[in-house]
Amino acid sequence: MILRILKNDIGGKVFLLVLLTTLIAVPVLNQLPAEHTFHISIYTVTLLGKYLTYALLAVAVDLVWGYLGILSLGHAAFFALGGYAMGMYLMRQIGERGVYGHPELPDFMVFLDWQELPWFWSGFDNFGFAMLMVLVVPGLLAFVFGWFAFRSRVTGVYLSIITQALTYALMLAFFRNEMGFGGNNGLTDFKDILGFSLQADSTRLALFVASGVALALGYLSCRALVKSRLGKVAVAIRDAEDRTRFIGYKVEYVKLAIFTFSAMLAGLAGALYVPQVCIINPGEFQPLNSIEVVVWVAMGGRATLYGAVIGALGVNYAKTWFTAAFPEIWLFALGGLFVVVTLLMPRGIAGLFSRKKGGES
Amino acid sequence: MSGLMQRDRVYEFLVPKVVDDLDLSHGTVLYMEDVSVSFDGFKAINELNFYVEAGELRCVIGPNGAGKTTMMDIITGKTRPDQGAVWFGQRMNLLRMSEPEIAQAGIGRKFQKPTVFEYHSVFENLEMSMNGPKGVWPTLVARLNVEQKERIDQVAETIGLTEHMNRSAGLLSHGQKQWLEIGMLLMQNPLMLLVDEPAAGMTHQEMDRTVELLTGLAGQHSVVVVEHDMDFVRALNSRVTVLHQGTVLAEGNMDQVQNDPKVIEVYLGE
Repeated sequence: MILRILKNDIGGKVFLLVLLTTLIAVPVLNQLPAEHTFHISIYTVTLLGKYLTYALLAVAVDLVWGYLGILSLGHAAFFALGGYAMGMYLMRQIGERGVYGHPELPDFMVFLDWQELPWFWSGFDNFGFAMLMVLVVPGLLAFVFGWFAFRSRVTGVYLSIITQALTYALMLAFFRNEMGFGGNNGLTDFKDILGFSLQADSTRLALFVASGVALALGYLSCRALVKSRLGKVAVAIRDAEDRTRFIGYKVEYVKLAIFTFSAMLAGLAGALYVPQVCIINPGEFQPLNSIEVVVWVAMGGRATLYGAVIGALGVNYAKTWFTAAFPEIWLFALGGLFVVVTLLMPRGIAGLFSRKKGGES
Repeated sequence: MSGLMQRDRVYEFLVPKVVDDLDLSHGTVLYMEDVSVSFDGFKAINELNFYVEAGELRCVIGPNGAGKTTMMDIITGKTRPDQGAVWFGQRMNLLRMSEPEIAQAGIGRKFQKPTVFEYHSVFENLEMSMNGPKGVWPTLVARLNVEQKERIDQVAETIGLTEHMNRSAGLLSHGQKQWLEIGMLLMQNPLMLLVDEPAAGMTHQEMDRTVELLTGLAGQHSVVVVEHDMDFVRALNSRVTVLHQGTVLAEGNMDQVQNDPKVIEVYLGE
């Protein structure tokens, strides 16, 4: 099954092989004594895990941008919603260990003098329900948003601007204390997940591996989708939307289905991100975040899926390095990188490999 | 309200929407009756009556702005007329159907500018155009069976692109793209083909091939060809309809039409 999906996808095979090796090697190298040359600190493991969730988000964006032609500048919103759903579960797990020691209410609610849990927080003490919400909430938002946007045939720049407005509106909403999601402080001070302490090295390793597995599964499902006839129709919509409509496909529904699926993947990425960074706040909805994701995909190479992964990991590694070495010029460096890639490598970093292989794929 | 006052028409609300089977018992595939449409006061189509028989090859000619393309737009559901009736067979009211529904019902259209999916191979272009369920889920799980593969091969042979099956459509020549587009229409197994200026920009050899292709298709399908090139229309040797200012000016075979004084006046008089 997996081999069938990866047929003719050399880049994907290499990527999954590297990912698999990393998922095995990193925990092993982490066990080495701290003074060993090849020792990987737990800090690095968590950092890598965070990057892997970013990579999954980038794959989700590449699916809709590269293959469907929808430049979404609001995908970080779905990421953040998935993160909030996970955050709510982690909040409920704190229980009486909060600063105020209330058995039911999270600290910020006690602080706001709320008497009982709002209805939309109920059920989130159940891990299964929370995981369901991780997929359902971003999926539902994408479905409703897409239903209106695609049916009125909003496309191109206008659609991008609306997605940007969507994430901005959500940011403003989540900043409000009355919303019941912790206002500008967001959700934090998490203690444990499924009974395992979030501070424990073993939990962090497990989260890292989980992120890698999620990325691999996300990649495979996107690849399967792209290879199916639906994927071909998606590319047809990207290239000639009216023509696709004329041969009988309901373009709106195809867009809606893939956009919703992509939003769910983004939500999953967000849910894995939150326990690793141990905080989620409305800043995640910032319009800039969504734009950064698009930059990763553009740099890695659109419409390859693995290119999105390369872009996400590459840019974020550069970011970590740059913000430590030259904090003031990071944004200039990012802008410069983007300009260089767009001018010299229109097909991104992944485009370099396929050119070496011999031209058009 | 005005619709209710016109006693010679069926009331709008009594007109059935979509019926699954197409009744061709009268041998006529397409009826356009008393159709008018205007854009900003300009009457693009003016009380047009137009009928197409089953299996017929028909050419539509006319000067620029005669309403040829608008007529196609009305049939395919892209433009809605201000008045009139458009029926596909005895039972399908095209005015109540959406563009995809009309395409599904069996009316295929080839555009003036060849629009094929350039990124996809010839095979994939044909595969995507195949008739059958086109919903999201069936498309996701679709697998080609032997029969369907054979059908694709067969159509590729009809349009003469068998050797180019695995090339990107973007790499084909202009004429080949036109044929591929006709092939894509054929994959939908349409009852009626609307072909907009197939000969535009073609070499003479390509034109001859196209004439062969179109005359070969008539019989199994009704084919309506809109064309400017008189040599091409003559070569098709079919019934010709002359449109002028949104109405039918003359109808008959090429010789009859060319000797019609009204046609001569329109083409030469002004």
